[in-house]
Amino acid sequence: MAAIGTSSMAPPWRGFVRPGPWAVWAAFALVLAVAPFVWNSGLGLNVLSQVGIAVIACLAYNILLGQGGMLSFGQAVYSGLGAYLAVHTLNRVAGGEWALPVSLVPLVGGLGGLGFAALFGLVVTRRSGTAFAMITLGLGELVWSMSLMVPEFFGGEGGISANRVVGAPVFGITLGPQHQMYGLIAVYCFVCTAAMYGLTRTPLGRILNAVRDNPERVEFVGYSTRQVRYLAFMISGFFCGIAGGLSALNFEIVTAEVVGAARSGAYLLFVFLGGASHFFGPIIGAVLMVLSLVLLSEVTPAWLLYLGLVFVLMVVYAPGGIASLLVANARVAAAGRLGRLVPAYLGLAAAGAIAFVGTSVLIELVYHLKLDTGAPSPTVFGMTLAPDRASPWIVGLVLLAAGTAALARAGARFRRDWDQVAGEIAGRAAA
Amino acid sequence: MTAYAIELAGVHKRFGKTPIIRGADLQVRQGERVAVIGPNGAGKSTLFNLVSGRFGISSGAIRLHGERIDGLAPSAINRRGLSRSFQVSNLFPQLSVFENLRCASLWHTGARYAFWRSLARCTEANARAEQVLQQVRLGARRDDLAMNLTYAEQRALEIGVTLAGGADVVLLDEPTAGMSRAETRAFVQLIREVTVGKTLLIVEHDMSVVFGLADRIAVLVYGEVIACDTPEAVRADARVREAYLGSALAEQQTAEAGH
Repeated sequence: MAAIGTSSMAPPWRGFVRPGPWAVWAAFALVLAVAPFVWNSGLGLNVLSQVGIAVIACLAYNILLGQGGMLSFGQAVYSGLGAYLAVHTLNRVAGGEWALPVSLVPLVGGLGGLGFAALFGLVVTRRSGTAFAMITLGLGELVWSMSLMVPEFFGGEGGISANRVVGAPVFGITLGPQHQMYGLIAVYCFVCTAAMYGLTRTPLGRILNAVRDNPERVEFVGYSTRQVRYLAFMISGFFCGIAGGLSALNFEIVTAEVVGAARSGAYLLFVFLGGASHFFGPIIGAVLMVLSLVLLSEVTPAWLLYLGLVFVLMVVYAPGGIASLLVANARVAAAGRLGRLVPAYLGLAAAGAIAFVGTSVLIELVYHLKLDTGAPSPTVFGMTLAPDRASPWIVGLVLLAAGTAALARAGARFRRDWDQVAGEIAGRAAA
Repeated sequence: MTAYAIELAGVHKRFGKTPIIRGADLQVRQGERVAVIGPNGAGKSTLFNLVSGRFGISSGAIRLHGERIDGLAPSAINRRGLSRSFQVSNLFPQLSVFENLRCASLWHTGARYAFWRSLARCTEANARAEQVLQQVRLGARRDDLAMNLTYAEQRALEIGVTLAGGADVVLLDEPTAGMSRAETRAFVQLIREVTVGKTLLIVEHDMSVVFGLADRIAVLVYGEVIACDTPEAVRADARVREAYLGSALAEQQTAEAGH
């Protein structure tokens, strides 16, 4: 597994530059620029905007998880409070009390996230490991309960709404249309991603990796691990706050759920799925997060159940997340041996598909019986199932059993082929 | 009179009610190499943990260049120029060999907590890491992760991480533990090279290493330094013979060290 910071990307400013990495950043900018023309529907722009925001939040979360080895269960506190400060700022600007370009309102969210992280971090970063995780969890619950107690700030059940079209247009941009809002998000997304990548290549960024690996030794090379954790916590809070500020502008409403445990859990879950041990892993996680929340929830009401299943399987079989899988396969491909794995992959895919169809037939049947979804009968892949008859249950069970058995065989074969190929590559590198 | 590089005065350490260090006194002069020996359980590792700040002392005083360091955090003691190695390799497993060494030199080259400058521009830290990389003979493993090194290589990196900060007082805790005879011989030479001009305090079980490296030997028995003198004088000391070297094992070790 490659360590963070040893990948070949580099940020696009002077002093950091190596020849190749420009292409990566140019491609990233190009994707951000072209995406709204490819997915130009209302839904498409909506999803893209949320992805841009989620990328910032997930990368910020990973400063703690992947780079610093800090498991935070309450990071939504900083994105959420940033969102609230941003929405209040927006309303002040609209009311003529404050003068601030709307495009800078997300920065207010960032400073808010930074400020709260600086305050709470004094307590949180005193400890590491399990104690750190517990304190973040407790603080998350604390802020969540505050949101019910202080409706003046949190807006109670209805939240705080605002209008982002405020003041004179800048270069004809009002931020009113969604594609203009996306443009602002894309700019923030690019700049924040570059800045957070830059952080991984600074003294603090590297010593943060060292704190993750072995906090004790860090103390014996002159650093206070607590100070390192505190600084990283504030930086993460800052970028989380920017993401929150952007979401306040994007949705024009902020409700208490933005500071809730579900949001914090989503950051953790999707950063892990994307891959915490690579810088770009959280970007994959962010895309998955938005697609799940927006699209998967349309496909099936049981989407959280599927998500939980995927998460468990990932933790057990691929703890490095999708990014690690990609990197491992890219390494095999670079050695020209990916073709050898194709049969094993096809076997895995076929067996996995059978098991998946069986699983979803059963899930949908159970879900339909237990929760009245209102639909006449559940449908899976276009097939309508009749929950009151035995046949779909039997089909589901048989498919699941057959698929699981096939997966066990395919998995064994894959492991054998993979180990062989990996052994060859390692042998060649040593020679 | 110039202050001692390290001075322990009446140091006590109790864990609960159990006294481990019972009034240890030790003075190490600037540039001296002192080996701490003693039977198992004498408190050698505890003594190192006290000097390096890993544990606090129960009473007494520890001075580095004449200034009290007991009660300070390990990082604060390290910043004052004292660095230690560990008996069990204590590295950054998911960082490369070079990054391990660079992390160890960042504070002492002034990079500190900087998040606004590139590592590539930390010229002094990079140069020092490269230099130590060559000194500990790990140039060929520069970009390999520390966790993928062999045991002997990890021991060498352990020394490298200890030295990369440029500390002038160095504590080595059983640097050759678990090494073969041949590896140990090469390693003693390496330690001699990389600690030139530094004050060295070393815990070691291997008597050939002790007699080969040390200017003076401190004998720790039941938490007290019962003798601290030149190797010849320590070998002749009646109390040391009685307490420690009298055992059959020690006789054999002394004989080995004598050739």
